[in-house]
Amino acid sequence: MNSKISQGNDTHSTKGLSHWWRQRVTAVALIPLTLWFVYAVVSINGADYSTVITELSEPVNAVLIVLLIVVAFYHAALGMQVVFEDYISTIKIRMACIIGSNLILLLLALAGIVAVVSVAFGGK
Amino acid sequence: MSEVNRPLSPHLQVYRLPLSAILSILHRATGVVLSLGTLLLVWWLVSVAQGEAEFNFASSVVSSFLGQLLLFGWSFALFFHLSNGIRHLFWDAGYGFALDDVAKSSIAVIVSAASLTVFVWALVYLG
Repeated sequence: MNSKISQGNDTHSTKGLSHWWRQRVTAVALIPLTLWFVYAVVSINGADYSTVITELSEPVNAVLIVLLIVVAFYHAALGMQVVFEDYISTIKIRMACIIGSNLILLLLALAGIVAVVSVAFGGK
Repeated sequence: MSEVNRPLSPHLQVYRLPLSAILSILHRATGVVLSLGTLLLVWWLVSVAQGEAEFNFASSVVSSFLGQLLLFGWSFALFFHLSNGIRHLFWDAGYGFALDDVAKSSIAVIVSAASLTVFVWALVYLG
């Protein structure tokens, strides 16, 4: 029984950095990123279109927001996985929820990154 | 039926949850709220990329009463998850498990989340 647990189950890979570690590493990275994000949102509050474009085109801002998106969405995907694992006991439904949530979060992250990159490289 | 003379597991409908348990479930709830809230961030970023008209529309939605209310709730969720998350990292490192430490850090998390929320909104509306 114990050996089976240590080998992990359907949603717990035992290869690479474990789910637990990935959640913690992203959490630590999110502390400074979140504080920067709050600062950025407060400073851009009420700004007009051209100011927002200028600020988002600033390389440091663009890189930080992309970094925030990558880390935050990954952290969210890991967290949502645990929620589904805890509350959905039917394996098939559980897996569908986890895959669905991963896909939605991946799509949202891609949309956010594409938006930032297109602004930063002055598409419009 | 023999007499039950052992501790019973808490019956959730009548059991008053300790503060630490309330914060624990709030951590999960705010995590889910923040995951959903990413929609708002992505929608705003996409509106900027789409052009001035879309950006102005997004700005009007965000600055509406409902938009501000949503942002206020989202900011509290963010600050709570951040504060309690830092406490979790201390626990993960092996610190702060004694019951009186947990009681103190619970209060610290609430004070931190509430003051960060108030501070940021004071900056927005008074700064």
